[in-house]
Amino acid sequence: MKSANRWGLRTLGLGYLALLLLAPLVTIFYKTFEHGLGPPLEAITSSDGLHALKLSLLMVAIAVPLNTVFGVGCALLLVRHRRPGNALIDAVINLPFAISPVVIGLSLFLLYGAQGWFGPGLAEAGIKVLFSVPGMVLASIFVSLPFVVRETVPVLQEIGTEQEQAASTLGANAWQTFWRVTLPAIRWGVAYGVVLTTARVLGEFGAVSIVSGQISGETETLPLYVEKQFQNFNQAGAFGASVVLAMLALGTLLAMNVLKGKEDA
Amino acid sequence: MEAHAASAAAPRVGFRLSGIGAGLGRGTVVLYLSAIVLLPLAALTSQAFEDGLSTFWHQVTSPQAVRSLELTVIASLVVVAINAVFGTIIAWLLVRDEFPGKSAVNAVIDLPFALPTIVASLTLITLYGNDSPFDIHLAATQAAVVVALLFVTLPFVVRAVQPLLIEMDREMEEAAASLGASGFTVFRRIIFPNLLPGLAAGVALAFARALGEYGSVLLFAGGLSNTTVSSVFIRQQVESGNNVGAAAVSVVLLAASLLMLAAIGLIQRWSNRHEVG
Repeated sequence: MKSANRWGLRTLGLGYLALLLLAPLVTIFYKTFEHGLGPPLEAITSSDGLHALKLSLLMVAIAVPLNTVFGVGCALLLVRHRRPGNALIDAVINLPFAISPVVIGLSLFLLYGAQGWFGPGLAEAGIKVLFSVPGMVLASIFVSLPFVVRETVPVLQEIGTEQEQAASTLGANAWQTFWRVTLPAIRWGVAYGVVLTTARVLGEFGAVSIVSGQISGETETLPLYVEKQFQNFNQAGAFGASVVLAMLALGTLLAMNVLKGKEDA
Repeated sequence: MEAHAASAAAPRVGFRLSGIGAGLGRGTVVLYLSAIVLLPLAALTSQAFEDGLSTFWHQVTSPQAVRSLELTVIASLVVVAINAVFGTIIAWLLVRDEFPGKSAVNAVIDLPFALPTIVASLTLITLYGNDSPFDIHLAATQAAVVVALLFVTLPFVVRAVQPLLIEMDREMEEAAASLGASGFTVFRRIIFPNLLPGLAAGVALAFARALGEYGSVLLFAGGLSNTTVSSVFIRQQVESGNNVGAAAVSVVLLAASLLMLAAIGLIQRWSNRHEVG
């Protein structure tokens, strides 16, 4: 390719990335620490800020393990136990990728709401799903459901079954084969899926905002806290929480790259 | 991020559960999917049609609903077209070009997947809002909708095209060039047709994401009458207590999502056949 064309494409491509990706990233850090460390630190260590951080971590602690166990099990089923119904399961797993978070939030809102199918029964039993932690957990699980399955299926297909056959010939039972042979072989793929799941749960906004009712200090995760602080004209608070989320995002990117390297190796 | 279809070559042996174990496993998977995904969507659909088909139609065709759907579809189409071009250029740079910092650029492409959408919205309004350091004022305009959607959908095309470019046989291009084809002709006749399956899948994924995007648009574009995308409209309807209206427009978005997933499935089947044949 002529060097003029090459430079043209470089300018276009990298310029686009600079305006769309790099500028926002720099802005978060610049805006947060514009007036020193004090204001963002204060915002994050405020009681509402800390509560939001804890609640976000709680979402991760519940949703990620559940979706990981489900994801690995489901991938095994899809790859190793082929049945006509698998295509349908496969299709349903992809749904959360394509559906708007707001639609997901509304669906849960309508199912567990006062007039919903489950609302009255649960209210009678004294269980509160909407505007409390269980509803937010359900929303987090829904939006992050596909990642582990999608990352594990191709790895499972790739490793084949020779080593597993060898293990079982040597007398290992199914459980031993899974823990000693299958899981070590697919671990980087699963880990990659876990990283994506975690990032998605930490960042989820639309679905959780509908089911949580966004009560400060009660049902507010970090992304919801960012919005509330912005609406209350508390820039320092909004950016302080954003910087925490941005650093987690950068950590995610780092983890993705390390894991991709291991997977390819 | 790609929706991998289960491969055609099924291993017959290897780690398998016994008949009872597999049955239990399958039951658990179906139960989990039903409880988490299908039941809520069924409740949504039932709510949308609760007052009959005419009410559903009335809600979906209300002027504000139609306006939000139009904006959503048009903005998504514009965004997907722009990112198809830039995504292909960026993928080409990452595979065929050498420049300092390339691996860092490659890593940062996924930032929109990792960064919470509300944080994206906050930074976009800081950069391109009223206090813009670049003097670019887009906040609360339809251009803001487009910029927010460009941000969140950027990785899809890059990541779909990149592996195809890596795998592509360069001998064809060299042959064409040695026979006198210009750079553009080589791209149009050889590179582009080979990238098309990935490009189509990336575009479909980006389009599906753009149709439903909420967080990144919220603060930056706002909910003015001419900047309300469908997801923001749904939220407004929930807040004003119009659950049926919110559910009706949601069902339209849901149908669009299903359509896009079906399209992606078809594209993948087409490109798999392409690979084998």
